[in-house]
Amino acid sequence: MAAVATPPAPPVSKTVPAPAPSPRRVRPGRLVINLVLIAVSVLYVLPLLWMVLASVSDTNSFRLKWPSALTLDNFDAVLNVDTTYRPMLNSLLLCGFGTAVTVVASVLCAYPLSRYRSRVRRPFLYTILFSTGLPITAVMIPVYSMFVQVNLIDSMPGTTLFLAASALPFGIWLMKNFMDGVPIVLEEAARIDGANTMQVLWRVVLPLMRPGVVVVTIFTFIGMWGNFFVPFILLLSPEKLPASVSVFTFLSAHDQTQYGQLSAFSLLYSLPVVMLYLLLARKLGGGFALGGALKG
Amino acid sequence: MTALAPAPRGTGGHPRRSRGAPALAVRSLLRGLPTVPAVVLLAVFLAGPIAYCVYYAFTDMQLTGAAGTHFVGVDNFTRAFKDTDFLNAMWLTLLFVVGSAVIGQNTLGLALAVLTQKATQPVRALVNGVVIAAWVLPEVVAGYLMYAFFYDQGSLNSLLDAVHLPDQNWLYTMPILAVCLANVWRGTAFSLMVFTAAINDVPQELVEAAEMDGAGPWQRLWRVVLPVIRPSILTNLMLITLQTLSVFGLIYTMTRGGPGNKSETLPIFMYQQAFQNSLIGYGTAIALVLLVVGALFSVVYIRLLKLEDD
Repeated sequence: MAAVATPPAPPVSKTVPAPAPSPRRVRPGRLVINLVLIAVSVLYVLPLLWMVLASVSDTNSFRLKWPSALTLDNFDAVLNVDTTYRPMLNSLLLCGFGTAVTVVASVLCAYPLSRYRSRVRRPFLYTILFSTGLPITAVMIPVYSMFVQVNLIDSMPGTTLFLAASALPFGIWLMKNFMDGVPIVLEEAARIDGANTMQVLWRVVLPLMRPGVVVVTIFTFIGMWGNFFVPFILLLSPEKLPASVSVFTFLSAHDQTQYGQLSAFSLLYSLPVVMLYLLLARKLGGGFALGGALKG
Repeated sequence: MTALAPAPRGTGGHPRRSRGAPALAVRSLLRGLPTVPAVVLLAVFLAGPIAYCVYYAFTDMQLTGAAGTHFVGVDNFTRAFKDTDFLNAMWLTLLFVVGSAVIGQNTLGLALAVLTQKATQPVRALVNGVVIAAWVLPEVVAGYLMYAFFYDQGSLNSLLDAVHLPDQNWLYTMPILAVCLANVWRGTAFSLMVFTAAINDVPQELVEAAEMDGAGPWQRLWRVVLPVIRPSILTNLMLITLQTLSVFGLIYTMTRGGPGNKSETLPIFMYQQAFQNSLIGYGTAIALVLLVVGALFSVVYIRLLKLEDD
């Protein structure tokens, strides 16, 4: 490494035009790379392709094959209140309210963390960061016991609040990082004009960090939408179960199974988060913004 | 400039300490007010259960009625470390985390991030698209798809038949390998994103300088890019380890920990002890072990990040 890093090469590369051949020489290598990547993509795509094909074909098999005839029967069979509409509505209620609580609480919490220095700030930030790493799965059994004692088992609001709380550490952390990017100067101008903290936050800071708020919102929602363990433990009544749990009961209840219907339902259930992700990717560089925000 | 520069917040007001102190305290309390909703939620729904967890882990609590709960000291832990099923779960968890996260997701994510840099644009978009699609899918759907893929009559075996390789009843003979591969399939996107962002941030002059000095692609990767993105690699390792440590739905959908206990990682074992065997106290003790392991990784992760000084 030292041998590479020591020569003061960058100024040289500016004065002497770089010898061009090297990028052209890479061509055959590039072909190999493309082929390898296509092979990886094919392996990645097979399970997804199976789901799509199984949902529109009339054969019940785990083998990947083209359907002899396309049919929408599977969708017809699952598009009813019990199988699809109610679980999806439950998911929407749990995740919609959960996300709202997380986003509002993390915006509010991130503001002082981003703007004021105080003695508790650092320990607080460390605690938040520490909590982002805690395995939530491990907390579920004590949460269950606690919920039994305060009679919150099988309660949608209780489950919503727990989902919100479990998403909070990450939400606060991301939100604070986005907020740090908003220059403080504009805020001071608003304060001189007599705005109070809430007005500054609402009228100056939030509009400037809208992309950050959108990223946090969409990621929180996607995470909750897919969450299985939390509602699996905390909710009991079939009519309260969100899609993540109902698809699981569907999966285990019909053993010699309606793979077609299951696939159709899985597709419908996955659709909202895939769409949200695409929206995010198109508008904001998607996960890459997140990847950037997370790296050390 | 000195006259216009705003006093640094929070530390301001020092010349007037004598009458400002109570006012300052009030002001910092007011400033902290917006954190209250988050703090309350975190205290009630996260800190509360963790405190409960520490307490219950030392009791013999059972699912049927809390009335007969007694303090039993470290019995749950001594029992766990004598329980072959628990040791089996520890071992499988280790295999799962090292195999699917540290080796699988991390290496594949890094390889894909490096290779996509060199690939043509449509191929790069394809790879990112499919890898991220697997990541965005809900956990149970991913589990279902992976079950179908590894099933005896599933796509993987058809694929192996097609190239005349012996097939396997994956979910029966080597379920832990199947769930590891499933977790690689599902989770690599995260590493891919972290590494792509990190590689894009490597100063181009550095790479060009190495190239001028005659370093080949391997040397440039090994001696320039990897050392520069080392912090991201370490951060990524910590994060995916933590994520993989708590995977439940994927494994539960695919194998329920079986056959027997051949894919029973700690979260599944914990769930079964607490809810199927009704041993809340014992299950909680296992949860505490999991939490402590997670906390240790979390601490290492924080030390790696080193918050900016202020």
